[in-house]
Order: sequence, then C-alpha cells, then structure tokens
Amino acid sequence: MHKVSEVLMKILFLIAACVSVLAVGLICWFLFSNGLPTIGKIGPGEFLLGTEWRPSSGQYGIFPMIIGSIYVTIGAIIIGVPIGLFCAVYLAYFCPEKIYKIVKPVVNLMAGIPSIVYGFFGLVVIVPIMMDLCGNGKSLLTASILLGIMILPTIITVSESSIRAVPVSYYEGALGLGASKERAVFFSVLPAAKSGIMAGIILGVGRAIGETMAVIMVAGNQPLLPESLTSGVRTLTANVVIEMGYATGLHREALIATAVVLFVMILIINLLFTLVKRRDA
Amino acid sequence: MKGTLSEKKKSSAWPRIQSYMLRFFMILATVLTVGTVFAVLIYVIVKGVPNLTPDLFAWEYNSENVSMMPSIINTLIVTALALLLAVPVGICSAIYLTEYAGRGNKLVSIIRITAETLSGIPSIVYGLFGFLFFVIQLHWSYSVLAGAFTLAIMILPLIMRTTEEALKAVPDSYREGSFGLGAGRLRTVFRIVLPSAMPGVLSGIILGVGRITGETAALLYTASTASDVVTNVMQPGRTLAVHMYCLINEGLYTNQAYATAVVLLIMVVGINALSSFVVKKVGVKK
Repeated sequence: MHKVSEVLMKILFLIAACVSVLAVGLICWFLFSNGLPTIGKIGPGEFLLGTEWRPSSGQYGIFPMIIGSIYVTIGAIIIGVPIGLFCAVYLAYFCPEKIYKIVKPVVNLMAGIPSIVYGFFGLVVIVPIMMDLCGNGKSLLTASILLGIMILPTIITVSESSIRAVPVSYYEGALGLGASKERAVFFSVLPAAKSGIMAGIILGVGRAIGETMAVIMVAGNQPLLPESLTSGVRTLTANVVIEMGYATGLHREALIATAVVLFVMILIINLLFTLVKRRDA
Repeated sequence: MKGTLSEKKKSSAWPRIQSYMLRFFMILATVLTVGTVFAVLIYVIVKGVPNLTPDLFAWEYNSENVSMMPSIINTLIVTALALLLAVPVGICSAIYLTEYAGRGNKLVSIIRITAETLSGIPSIVYGLFGFLFFVIQLHWSYSVLAGAFTLAIMILPLIMRTTEEALKAVPDSYREGSFGLGAGRLRTVFRIVLPSAMPGVLSGIILGVGRITGETAALLYTASTASDVVTNVMQPGRTLAVHMYCLINEGLYTNQAYATAVVLLIMVVGINALSSFVVKKVGVKK
C-alpha cells in the first residue's frame, strides 16, 4: 500500500514538474502557429522592414515599432545601468549599516510597484516636465527615463549580489597595493564581477523591451520612425495593447505576429542570459 | 626639472580626485534611486488620499461613482483562482526537482530552462497567449477563469524557484534522520522537509500575490475589462490594476485614478512587506 502511494506521488510530482515544459510548448505553438503564417502572408520583408503601419489600407510594416522598442531599451540602459551600478557598489561596499537598512527595502519596494502606477506617475509628472523642457512631453526620451527607473531594482539587486560574490581577497589585495577604497572596488572588484553584472543588465533589457503598460502612457505611440529624442515612438508591446481591442481579420493576425517578433527577441535575450550565467558558473 | 615635478604631483593627485568623484557618483546614484521611489510614493499619496471618497468604495459600479469595490473583489477572486492553480503545481514540481530527481537528470535541466524562459516572458505575451488559447481555442470567451489560468502560468516559475530554494535550505540531516527512523520518501517530504521550508514557500506565494495584484497587460485580453463583480468564473471582470488603466484611458477620472493608485500601492507594498516579514521569521527560527 505504502509502495503504491510512493510511486503514485512520484508520478504526480513528475507530472507537475512537466507543466512548465508544457506551458512553454503551448505558448510557442500558439504564438508561432498563429503568427508565422501571417508573416508569410504579408511577406517577411514587408512585415519586418516595412516602415508604413496603416492597417486601414492594408499596410503592415512593423519596422518603426522594432526600432522603437530597441531605441527605448537602449535609452533605458543608458539611464538605468550607470545609476544602478553605482548604487549597487555603494550598497555592497560603502554603505553604513543604518543607511543600508533603509535603502535595501526601498529598492525591493521599487521592484514591487506595479507598472501601471509607474506609467501613471510618468504621465502626470514626467510628461509635463519634459513638455516644459523640450516641447514634447510624450517621447522616446520620456519613455527611456521611465524605463530606466523601472529597471533600476533589477540592475541593483543582481549587481549587488554579484559584487558581493567576489572574494574579499581581491579588495584587500588592491588595498594592500596602496589603492584607495574606491579605486580598489572599481578597478579590482568590479571587473571580477563583470559577468554577473552583465547578466543583470541582460535581465534589465528583457524587462525594458517587454514593458507595456508604463510605456504606452508616456511614449506617444505614433507608429513612425523616431526622428529625434523628443519625437514619439511606439514599441512592439504598445502596438499589441493599443490595437488588439478592436482589430479583426488580417489586422489582428498582424498584431499577433508583432507579439511573435517580440517573443523571439525575448527568447534571444533569455539565451544570452543563460550563456552569460553559464560562463559565470 | 620643474615640469616633471609638477607632472608627478599631478599624477599623484589624480587617483585621489578619481576616488572622490567615484564616491560622489555612488552617493548621487543612491540618492537618486531612493529619491525616485519616495517621489512616486509621496506624489501618489498626496494627490490620492484627498480623493479617497466613500463613493469610490460603493458596492455597485456606475460611471458616476467609478467605484473600485467591484474590481477589488474581482482581484481577490482572480488571485485565489490563480493561486489554487499555480501553488500546488509549483510546489509539487519543486519537490520533484529537489527531492526526487537525480543529479545530471536531463529532464531536470529541461524543466529548469523552461522555467527560466517562462520567467522572462513579458506579461503582454502571456496576455496574448491567454487570449489565443483560453479565450479563443478553448472557447472560454473573456472570463475571469481565462485570466486566472494565464496568471497562474505567469507566477508558476516564481513559486517554483522560491519553493526550490526553501527546500534546498532544509539541512540534509533532517532527511537522513527521517529516513533513519524508517519513514519513506513521501512521508519525509510532507512531514519533515515541507513543514520546515514552509516560511520560504509562503513568502514566494505572497510575492506571487503581489505580482498578480499589479498585473495589467496579461489580463486586458483574457479577463477583459467588465466593471461588475463576477458571479461565476466564466464572466469577464476587471481587477484593480486593470480598473486603474481604464480610468486613466478614459481620461475623465484623473482624481479617481490617483485614489485607485493609492489603494493599489498600499495593497502591493503591504503584500511585499508581508513577504519579507515572513522570510525574516525564517532567519530568526534558524
């Protein structure tokens, strides 16, 4: 009797463990089987490299959105990585205990704030400020700033733990050779933590490129190639959310195909992450 | 002679300047980070709290009071459903990975890779998958159930990872002791290992609740945006975060959106604080 329940439960656990494999399989299957034929129908060149998105006249080029997603992500990295990295180093090596006890929970809290709240904050605070500063509130720049803020907790948490994982001997060795504390950390510890930090940045890229609700509120969402930092952009995610509600027929299929392109980008980013992490281990 | 001396002086001053600069940037970055969080919190609270009128908590929603009560109840329903689905599966698969699977098992590495893939997928892609699979393919139409299934898949990797970590943290001597007393593997898992890992498991579940509460993109096209309390799981209904999105989108209810943001923030912040409190309790126990 005992033996039977042991075996039964083991099988049950195994089945449960396979659920995530099944889920990934289903997600891939449903996205690709719906999206790829559409890309074929529209024509891969026209779909991926076409610069005109006019569903009403049958033009489905998502190149502006691909570029929009990439630009916004690069912007977020430019803003978020330096701040996050400096903050992580401070937390790991210089921060007094008392300040650490405040900053660390704040960073955790930052990760928990819903993206819709960030988006709302961006809309009512950052957009008016940017409007005063550069004439156009909802823009590539605003979206980059907001996303830069949103990826901070990811960058800080991952970088801090990889900086802490570097043996203290690196730090002490540098100090022993006469380096100041700051120089010891930045020129001896930080290079050793490089791949962990890289993994954190890749995670941040994944978050930024997949972010939806916050971006649509501050990016302007014009499906055009951005001409400058202050022109509006539409990301791949925004394209899906904005038009999915009323799209039908080929238009809807084109939106699903948009999500497929996003999904492939995410898969590549995940792959990069795994490679970097494996090299680390 | 003079030139080289001053040059030498310069080069010895540079590291010190560099050190000061680095320290300055570190403090600046930390102040910016903390300042941003406080700016978001304070701004939302200052603008939102005065707008928290009793009207907003009326049981019935209409376009005049834009009450958030129905969406709060829907959030609870969706959360409960999603947890009901994700928690047993997540815990069982974590048990398989840590307690049953042998080292170097190929299946284990596949499961790990897929779980990692799942945790990297953006919520809008989940939403679209939920729409294609649950809403269209399974003919569930826009429903709370479709939303809950979508969210369950979304938080599954989180539950798996936190449970796995909690199980791994249980010392092997517990297991050996249990085996030594003649208990089987199953009994050991449920009576010894899982109870001692419970706080870690719990904190993972609470984090999952936090993610569900704040989620919008995955729900828009699965549970949809109907504004009433659902009476059965096949009905569409909006959660609080979706409700807030609708308020902002309609553009007429900015004040109410502030108030909703306050409630949403309090819920999410409270949930996250609860999670880290539970984790801390583990630390004390050890």
